[in-house]
Amino acid sequence: MKWDISRAGEWKAKDFPIACVIPTVGNSDDYDVGGWRSERPVREDDVCTQCLLCWIFCPDSSVVLDGEKVVAFDYEHCKGCGICAKECPTNPKFGRKAIEMISEGCELPGVK
Amino acid sequence: MAEQKLVATTGNALVAEAFRQIRPDVVAAYPITPQSSIVEDIAKHVASGRVHTNYVTTESEHSAMSACIGASAAGARVATATCGPGLAMMWEMLYIASGMRLPIVMANTNRALSAPINIHCDHSDVMGARDSSWITLFAETAQEAYDNTIMAVRIAEHPDVLLPVMSCLDGFITTHAVDRACMLDDETVAEFVGEYVPVNALLDTENPSSHGNFSGLGGLYFEFKAQQRAAMARASSVVAEVGERFAAISGRSFGMVEGWGMEDAETAIVVIGSSAGNVRHVARQLRAKGQKVGVLKIRCFRPFPVEEIRSALRGLKAIAVLDRSDSFGAEGGPLYLEIRSALYDLQERPPVVNYVYGLGGADVKLDLIERVYSDLSGIAVDAVEPAPLTYLGIR
Ligand code: SF4
Ligand code: SF4
Repeated sequence: MKWDISRAGEWKAKDFPIACVIPTVGNSDDYDVGGWRSERPVREDDVCTQCLLCWIFCPDSSVVLDGEKVVAFDYEHCKGCGICAKECPTNPKFGRKAIEMISEGCELPGVK
Repeated sequence: MAEQKLVATTGNALVAEAFRQIRPDVVAAYPITPQSSIVEDIAKHVASGRVHTNYVTTESEHSAMSACIGASAAGARVATATCGPGLAMMWEMLYIASGMRLPIVMANTNRALSAPINIHCDHSDVMGARDSSWITLFAETAQEAYDNTIMAVRIAEHPDVLLPVMSCLDGFITTHAVDRACMLDDETVAEFVGEYVPVNALLDTENPSSHGNFSGLGGLYFEFKAQQRAAMARASSVVAEVGERFAAISGRSFGMVEGWGMEDAETAIVVIGSSAGNVRHVARQLRAKGQKVGVLKIRCFRPFPVEEIRSALRGLKAIAVLDRSDSFGAEGGPLYLEIRSALYDLQERPPVVNYVYGLGGADVKLDLIERVYSDLSGIAVDAVEPAPLTYLGIR
């Protein structure tokens, strides 16, 4: 069963499920938690060797693949823990990692 | 009406028998005087195969209530017992049990809170928990303790309620004194409480659900508290309805309040728990001398029976509220404050005075009760200036 929370904004106290029980599972996808982040991972495609270590280590399944290639981060669920950046190996050709953590700030879209 | 067995035993033994008869799936408990013989008896009933309950021994009352919460969320019928400092140690979990809307049934054998260390009866323990959204019943006698324990299951598990219930009996006075009581047979009780059908059982793997959730940074907390208040309000009629059904099988009536001589009383004492017997005894003697005195015993403290209290006390000339706990720094004890508040909307408000009595098991002798009635008759004819608060029988 998929729990319909699309109109939750209009719910009155009596409409909430009893005891704050969520009467379904697998719905964390619906919950935008990107705002918890203070830093975000940013990846340079040229520097990336596609070793997939970031994808393996990300605890929030927020490294997005296309086939077997890293293409993006899921910023609605990435918590900014920095594990991907820590695990990302330094590319000897460039002398740096492909992933860098940068501060979330006011210049980001949607953040005021 | 079902056939009953007359027994002579202690309040605790009867509560343990009631627990056996309601067949809880899980009992998680920690022993504490004067509750211990309840859980010892349950352990014996389990060990001898008289009940197929999973009896969980825990290392503290905090853990006991936590285990009860886990088992109840899993979908089990759960019972436990505690008192005094044990109830205090459960505090955090009391709110979690009610907030998670788990119909746990708990016996509380009222005991004073330290310091000084004291193992005897007063109501400080339960009055401290009065805001925790537990339905709270009080027994005067072993019989009422037995009856309340059985009714508690149906009240708690009622789909309109789904709140935990605390069934209180006075430590030592009711728990340990041998009293006469009627017991229903096992089948009648089993039929009365019925099968427990949990709403969101964690062990219902066909319908997975997530419990104990964070209610959100946006403050979705208030809404769940409003639901609890609504459930508590609905509990009033459920308590009455369950009381009627219980009366049908037992022949013993249950009301949220129980009056004696209230029909034409001019003065009355409001009391909770075992002392009601003493008060009634004195009232009977005074009635024989022609004094129009009454007794109002509160059997259900949460939800607070405001309407019943109002209609019983309306028109009286003077009222005394006996509190077996104090709310230090407040105008009086907790029962006094609520009774006064319940009478506030009456056109003519009767004078209400407060007596804090029996703290830490201090004796409630008959002459003390006589003194209260005599104060009341003085207040009723304006001969005595009502004292706001008296520590009754203090040296
Ligand atoms: S910062 Fe953490 S959560 Fe975000 S993509 Fe990297 S490993 Fe995953
Ligand atoms: S760990 Fe670094 S190099 Fe490896 S796939 Fe991820 S971003 Fe590319």
